[in-house]
Amino acid sequence: MSVANRPVHRPLSPHLQVYKPQLTSVLSILHRATGIALSVGALYLATWVIYAASNPTAYALFQGFNTSILGRIVLGGWLFCAFYHLCNGIRHLFWDAGYGFERTPRRASGWFAVLGSIALTLCVWGLIWAGHRA
Amino acid sequence: MSLRSPLGRVLGLGSAKDGTAHWWAQRVSAIALIPLTLWFMFSLWALPALDYATVRAWLSFPLSGFLAVLLVAVSAYHSSLGTAEVIEDYVHSAGMKSLCLLSLQFVHVLVGGAGIFAIMRVAFGS
Repeated sequence: MSVANRPVHRPLSPHLQVYKPQLTSVLSILHRATGIALSVGALYLATWVIYAASNPTAYALFQGFNTSILGRIVLGGWLFCAFYHLCNGIRHLFWDAGYGFERTPRRASGWFAVLGSIALTLCVWGLIWAGHRA
Repeated sequence: MSLRSPLGRVLGLGSAKDGTAHWWAQRVSAIALIPLTLWFMFSLWALPALDYATVRAWLSFPLSGFLAVLLVAVSAYHSSLGTAEVIEDYVHSAGMKSLCLLSLQFVHVLVGGAGIFAIMRVAFGS
């Protein structure tokens, strides 16, 4: 191979591993992770209405999983993903509009997204579970 | 001296050729999903049960059937945009990237379309 054709290994800019995790970066990664989880959740939502359009036996089987302990945990996880992605998504929309970049509002809104989504998840998950147990 | 043509400059498009369309569509669908998600959470709580008959009656009610169609459609669209961004960030080989992006688009249209069709089947009676 001639010198001109040899592949050049240029240095790459440093990536995630060289930075100390910070609230903003961790929440950003979590936003993407919950987004990927919610993509699977959207697929599950479509599966739900497809079962509702099929016969009662098939739907009962699907609903049997949803009401099992494992089902409750999975659905609860999706509920948290939805609320976190929603809260942090609103934070992103404010950034897109040019607000909230300074240190204090950035941290405050980050904690608001974390605590808000945990609180919303516990409330709604509890309400739905309690409501449908009776 | 700029190597860009006057037409290229006036169109404001970079090397990706589609400007801010993807970014903008992601924001618009995100805003649409805020009320739709809240409505969906509220419905899950407000429905007396989530059994076959109750869910079908709920989807047959015009407003909830319509909003359910919008929820499935917009969430599939937003998911399609978001997962495409993940692939563009992490899959670097051109062939694999195209294959992943194409597959994801097909899956999203298939699943979204099937979901919408299912809701309509319930709403309009099969």
